Amino acid sequence: MAGIGGAVTTGRKARWTVLNVLVVVYALFPVLWIVSLSFKTKETLGDGNFIPREWTFDNYKTIFSTTEFVRALVNSIGIALIATAVAVVFGTMAAYAIARLDFPGKRLLIGVSLLIAMFPQISLVSPLFEIERGLGLFDTWPGLILPYITFALPLAIYTLSAFFREIPWELEKAAKMDGATPGQAFRRVIAPLAAPGVFTTAILVFIFCWNDFLFAISLTSTEASRTVPVALSFFTGSSQFEDPTGSIAAAAVVITIPIILFVLFFQRRIVAGLTSGAVKG
Amino acid sequence: MSHALRPPAEPADADPTATAADSKLSPKAKAALSEGKKAERRLGLLLCAPAILIMAAVAGWPIIYSVWLSLQRYDLKFPDRTEFVGLENYVTVLSNPYWWNAMWVTVLITVVSVAVELVLGMALALIMHRTLVGRGIVRTSTLIPYGIVTVVAAFSWRYAWTPGTGYLAETVAGGDPVLTEKIPSIMVVTLAEIWKTTPFMALLLMAGLALVPDDLLKAAAMDGATAWQRFTKVMVPVMKPAILVALLFRTLDAFRIFDNLFVLTAGSQGTSSVSMLTYNNLIKGLNLGIGSTMSVLIFIAVAIIAFVFVKLFGTAAPGGDGGGRR
Amino acid sequence: MAEIVLDNVTKQYPDGAVAVRDVDIEIADGEFIILVGPSGCGKSTTLNMIAGLEDITAGELRIGGERVNERAPKDRDIAMVFQSYALYPHMTVKENMAFPLRLAKVDDTTVEKKVRDAAEILDLTQHLDRKPSNLSGGQRQRVAMGRAIVRSPKAFLMDEPLSNLDAKLRVQMRTSVSRLQKQLGTTTVYVTHDQTEAMTLGDRVVVMRGGAVQQIGAPQFLYDNPANLFVAGFIGSPAMNFVPASLENGVLRSALGDVPLTDRVRSLLEGAEAPREVIMGLRPEHFEDARLVDDTVRSNGVTFTNQVDVLESMGSDKFAYFSLSGEQATSAELAELAADAGSADVPGGGVSLVARISATSSAVEGEPADIWFDADKVQLFDPGNGRNLTYRG
Repeated sequence: MAGIGGAVTTGRKARWTVLNVLVVVYALFPVLWIVSLSFKTKETLGDGNFIPREWTFDNYKTIFSTTEFVRALVNSIGIALIATAVAVVFGTMAAYAIARLDFPGKRLLIGVSLLIAMFPQISLVSPLFEIERGLGLFDTWPGLILPYITFALPLAIYTLSAFFREIPWELEKAAKMDGATPGQAFRRVIAPLAAPGVFTTAILVFIFCWNDFLFAISLTSTEASRTVPVALSFFTGSSQFEDPTGSIAAAAVVITIPIILFVLFFQRRIVAGLTSGAVKG
Repeated sequence: MSHALRPPAEPADADPTATAADSKLSPKAKAALSEGKKAERRLGLLLCAPAILIMAAVAGWPIIYSVWLSLQRYDLKFPDRTEFVGLENYVTVLSNPYWWNAMWVTVLITVVSVAVELVLGMALALIMHRTLVGRGIVRTSTLIPYGIVTVVAAFSWRYAWTPGTGYLAETVAGGDPVLTEKIPSIMVVTLAEIWKTTPFMALLLMAGLALVPDDLLKAAAMDGATAWQRFTKVMVPVMKPAILVALLFRTLDAFRIFDNLFVLTAGSQGTSSVSMLTYNNLIKGLNLGIGSTMSVLIFIAVAIIAFVFVKLFGTAAPGGDGGGRR
Repeated sequence: MAEIVLDNVTKQYPDGAVAVRDVDIEIADGEFIILVGPSGCGKSTTLNMIAGLEDITAGELRIGGERVNERAPKDRDIAMVFQSYALYPHMTVKENMAFPLRLAKVDDTTVEKKVRDAAEILDLTQHLDRKPSNLSGGQRQRVAMGRAIVRSPKAFLMDEPLSNLDAKLRVQMRTSVSRLQKQLGTTTVYVTHDQTEAMTLGDRVVVMRGGAVQQIGAPQFLYDNPANLFVAGFIGSPAMNFVPASLENGVLRSALGDVPLTDRVRSLLEGAEAPREVIMGLRPEHFEDARLVDDTVRSNGVTFTNQVDVLESMGSDKFAYFSLSGEQATSAELAELAADAGSADVPGGGVSLVARISATSSAVEGEPADIWFDADKVQLFDPGNGRNLTYRG
């Protein structure tokens, strides 16, 4: 895939290297900055230096000793995992039906999903705030899981139906001819082939749930269901006179770790998932 | 949304031909759908049912409910004074300078960030697509801004611009507290937004680039096109659908900006976006009537944006054809 | 094993389009039957209806004497080989072949044995543990065949199973498919758009056009006695030549000169109510270089002189291409054949003609040549409805 003109000269390589370094710096420096802050001691926090002059783990020790953060971390993980699992299972079912089966109301479902994907989330906050208070879901895990599933479903359906469409149609016919019921054709032929797509979708959906701030801050009021992004914005430090910057930075780094891991290990899949769902859907 | 839940028996789609066939057919032969076909329809509806139910209950019903709420005077601080007021809330909101200020702020951030992202994203996409070295590293690192929690990134920017803590405050702003003034604040917010979402734009554009056949570029080069001409005359027209999709997605996304603003300025000094203002009225002010009215207005604004995109650019918009691509 | 009967089978889509109209075919037990026709003729739809992958709108389908219209594919006990082979990419060759048996809950030892046997027959034994992506095209094709034969179904359905192979391999596989079918004696329905496959493989050939059956018969019979213009033009390569002609006083007047009606042609024409304007059909092999024809034989035919446009030497014989002045033969059937061959918009006025002549001919490209043809082999068609006026049914 070399550019037009053939031979790769060292000069061209060098130019690309410079460009690549620029991109990497662009992408990483805000992240490195918050990492740096999280390792700074109280005394050096205000020095404005990009690299800490003194390194310390104190900020991490502090946040893990407060229930405020630990509880929020548990909430974040639990809520995101449950929402992801449900959205992916339901999304897989619907996407399979859309890509493979002929049934009434299919186009409508596609249209509605797209509508929700483009929906301004704030428009749902007001009615959900009122409805959830009425149903006793306000400030509970299900109270957040439900809207997350709803907004993750279109993403899951689009990404997955793009993946499903890549599976050759004839395989399913072949399975039917080999004596499979539609259910067996799905479980034994389509599902194993779709597994990579499902996994990719799960990562994307998890990132979406993990990232959410608007629902989390609007539909929670206590530690019972507050997720980390919200807890971060409420951090005040252990006493009124203490600057929470170090703690916030440390907590921010902690919740960035899963994202970094996903990106490092599944870069290819994430790229494929994002582009297939959005462009080809 | 609720009419997605139609019963499996679908007279319109049912086989209309059997009756037209000649009379010598036995009545049994008129069986319109074989077992297989019926099973397929049942399975299709069954598989979609959970997704449809959840979306109808958590998105469909609330949006209708919010229209109803927007017609009420409904303030949780004064629950006794709740009553139906028709369009009064709309008059209140639309004649309120705060609302219009928030609208302009939102539009400004949206237009500037999407425009910059298009240029930057295209450059990034070209780098990711064509780089000769370290493609994996480049792609991996660009995914970090996409994946990182917005609030985390926003805090990073906040501390970077805060005098006494941040490197940018000292070096770029010369020690000025930029986040305490309206225009610089909006610029910082826009920058944070651009940083976070350019990679997403770039990925969508890269997918478009992948659809431009290499041979086409070689042919253009043989025809005497310079690199810039190859880009503007061949690449851009061929990947136009991908560009439009990316623009639509990002415009709608930028329009709902909330997280960055919340952390960076919390809407002070008149930097509220429409989402921020709605949140403040709703959760802080507990005024459900006004909050819902704003929700409905934002919904309408987003619908108009989507409509304009689809109208201007035709079927290139996603969903123009559910199965159609290539 | 069983016979398959299509009794007035019709397929109409909900939008009203009729894909297959009143198809009547009786396929005997153990017979190898070919459905052939240009794309969109309904052959694949017919196959899918037999498979149960598409609904039958009207008519009846019987396999082994039982009506199966409403049965799901899995309950029809027939196997299918697909054009793309449709091998499951996540399973090994062995797992692919065992899949239908596993679904039928056959016990492990039997599965093992049957897969071994099939692999033996198809020469796949050393590939059993590989994945389809690591196989060559020919191997994949054999795996697809293997998956069909392991469970000894009542019938095989094959949907252009060889069209994804390159030309040489296709010829090889053609013989092995034929041999395999003879060996197993299983009723087989084979769909192709390639008339060579149709001619070489089947016991009988069904030619389809626009959803309707044109003619059913043994390959040689179809070649010698096409029921209409469409079958005449579709079967045979190079295709039959068509020249417009008019019947006047027992003589055919055409761009090739006046052709006398032989006794055979005359007697066939008698009951046929022939119109005055007809289309004369001549197979390429019924031509010869006039200089190579004995005088005695020569008088049974017509000799004409024309410039040779292109001369292709095939080694065993030569193909000579001519263009004659005058009108091209026109009919709906010929237009459809031309469209299928992609030559509908190839420019060139007049009548073009291909003659297959002896390799010893001294004809030269660009020079005039004397060409003779056998008047007794002439077939005459009605341009209005395409009917063969000299059909010996």
